[in-house]
Amino acid sequence: MHMKPAIEVKEVSKMYRLGQVGSATLKDDLVRGWHRLTKGKDPFTAQGQENDRSSAALNPYVWALKDINFEVMPGEVMGIIGKNGAGKSTLLKILSRVTTPSVGEVVLRGRVSSLLEVGTGFHPELTGRENIYLNGAILGMRRVEIQKKFDEIVAFAGVEKYVNTPVKRYSSGMYVRLAFAVAAHLEPEILIVDEVLAVGDAEFQKKCLGKMKAVSQEDGRTVLFVSHNMTAIRQLCSRCVVLKNGTVQTVGEPNATINTYLTTFDKHLLEKDWEEQNAPGNESLKLRSMTLCYADGERPTTGMFEITRDLVLRARYEVKEPMGPFTHGLSLFNEEEVNLFNSHDVTSSLRNEERKPAIYTIEAVIPGNLLSEGKFSISLTLFKKTPFEIFAQAEKVIQFSVVDEMTGRSARGDYAQGWPGMVRPLLQWSSKKDSL
Amino acid sequence: MKQELPVTHIRPQKSWFELGWGDVWQYRDLVAIFVRRDIVATYKQTVLGPLWYFISPILTTFIFTFVFGSVAKIPTSNIPGPVFYLSGLTLWNYFQSCFTGASSTFTANAALFGKVYFPRLASPLALVISNLVKFAIQFSILVAFSLIYHAKGAFVWSPGFKMLLLPMLVALMALLGLGAGIFISSLTTKYRDLAILVSFGTGLLMYITPVIYPMEALPIQGAWIIGLNPISPLVESFRTCFLGVGDLSWGGLAYSACFTLALLVMGSLLFNRTEKSFMDTV
Repeated sequence: MHMKPAIEVKEVSKMYRLGQVGSATLKDDLVRGWHRLTKGKDPFTAQGQENDRSSAALNPYVWALKDINFEVMPGEVMGIIGKNGAGKSTLLKILSRVTTPSVGEVVLRGRVSSLLEVGTGFHPELTGRENIYLNGAILGMRRVEIQKKFDEIVAFAGVEKYVNTPVKRYSSGMYVRLAFAVAAHLEPEILIVDEVLAVGDAEFQKKCLGKMKAVSQEDGRTVLFVSHNMTAIRQLCSRCVVLKNGTVQTVGEPNATINTYLTTFDKHLLEKDWEEQNAPGNESLKLRSMTLCYADGERPTTGMFEITRDLVLRARYEVKEPMGPFTHGLSLFNEEEVNLFNSHDVTSSLRNEERKPAIYTIEAVIPGNLLSEGKFSISLTLFKKTPFEIFAQAEKVIQFSVVDEMTGRSARGDYAQGWPGMVRPLLQWSSKKDSL
Repeated sequence: MKQELPVTHIRPQKSWFELGWGDVWQYRDLVAIFVRRDIVATYKQTVLGPLWYFISPILTTFIFTFVFGSVAKIPTSNIPGPVFYLSGLTLWNYFQSCFTGASSTFTANAALFGKVYFPRLASPLALVISNLVKFAIQFSILVAFSLIYHAKGAFVWSPGFKMLLLPMLVALMALLGLGAGIFISSLTTKYRDLAILVSFGTGLLMYITPVIYPMEALPIQGAWIIGLNPISPLVESFRTCFLGVGDLSWGGLAYSACFTLALLVMGSLLFNRTEKSFMDTV
């Protein structure tokens, strides 16, 4: 049987009017009504401009979303990413029926429960028990269904002791846990989750991610998940949508999509060629090029390297006049400008030789499973140790990122939460059992 | 074979001809829980709790007795002042709380409505139902007053079969308050000034409703305004049925019922249209 998509978003656009909604709207309403009667077209929809925050609004009508198209199949976990103001929340509001699109149509096959904000509809004076029923009913559940799931919800949220306490006495963590537990146990065919996980502690976040995974993989339900946590998206989602200024930028497999998305913010530079006149160096020595790639020479177009793979820094320099011996060194910096390590060439064959005029190529391998996830830059120096003298230096020219694509082979394993540490080596662990 | 999944279409504008009460039936458990929430939340953490519902009508009744009875000397159809005023106030207060409550549906629930979908009509409907508790309390005061004045021999309380009509009158009043409330609430999302009109308008409306005077005491030339007010026949009939004095005006009741139905239909249509997009204007 041909499966129909659980969510179909067809040509959806949403227009908002900026500024005050007041007397001017009444006037516009009248103008609009008049145009409808006479020409059959709304004069304001034609004026709407793309929702780009970087340019000042020239027009009071703005497209928060414009021509959004995508489909989500049953059982899929679809991630939605985008900068603040890209239209994520508006899209979720339309999907959860809080507001309507201005143009287009959404088809939902199945019951939807949405978690746009934690504790939606919780009443502070009511007890945890009463709020479970209230929240469940708001999300469209029948009383008997809630009764069946009640113990499971309470256990998942870990609030057994407090079910008869008004929720206003709950800690914010308990509040979040209870709210998520209700939504996740509803058994809707479609679950819409908006960045709720930012609130709970790491342990609960992990539990939520696990639950969402289970909901999709075991029960075949559809999850739409909005998050700024790229690691969670990589781990959880089968596909993701990137929104930009109210339009769909890309839809696709999460790793590639996220990398493309991140590239739009991050300036990467993996290759640098110098002209004669601005090349670092002196009269007798000039740096010609520098490049960073994988060991097989492949260079990711996004500027993001997979955390487990070896990287090769390759540089070429030209010696114009015979020179005495000198060596090569590199320094690696992270995003906070911390110098993570320095390396001097103590292994290559040429390092102690005198240089005749020629083009020389050097390579340094930065092993996989060494750097953590993040952004880095590399400086290269050609210098003499005694007496110390720098001949050529290229400071932080190469800029790149390292990402964990959740292959399971990195130091992360399958752990998707925050991971501190300046470096991330994959250590060899062993264990044994001794009898008592 | 798996059962057929419900299919939802989200489109720009809902047609004008959708009442939306079918969805409310799907969510009847939610209505029940809302009713419970309204009642429980009102009493928690107030010192006197439901006692307030006793105090306010009793105080009002005595002030009315003083102002309209002793000072203005408005006739009360030979019924002791307090009983007369209370019999009007009980139903009037119910209307007022339903109407003002329902008319702020969108503005009062904006935070909730902005986050999750459920048929919005569940909210005002629950309000009208939970207000019945308050009505029941005030009704019991009315019964108590009637018994006391009857025992004192101030008048003869002879309730008859007409008492059986009371639930119908209350139901009509509930629907009238609901209809008018949701109608206004749809408009207030865009034009906030209406909320101000509602607050002093209901205060004035009481004076063109036979709460503090009987219909029969009206001068001929002004009576038609009071007669046009669809609340008048309900309040008047309530008094007639409860106290067992006077005659029922079936014509007036029919007028009220038609008016209520029309308002309810119009209110629902407007409400359903508003609920789809009010988040953008509120």
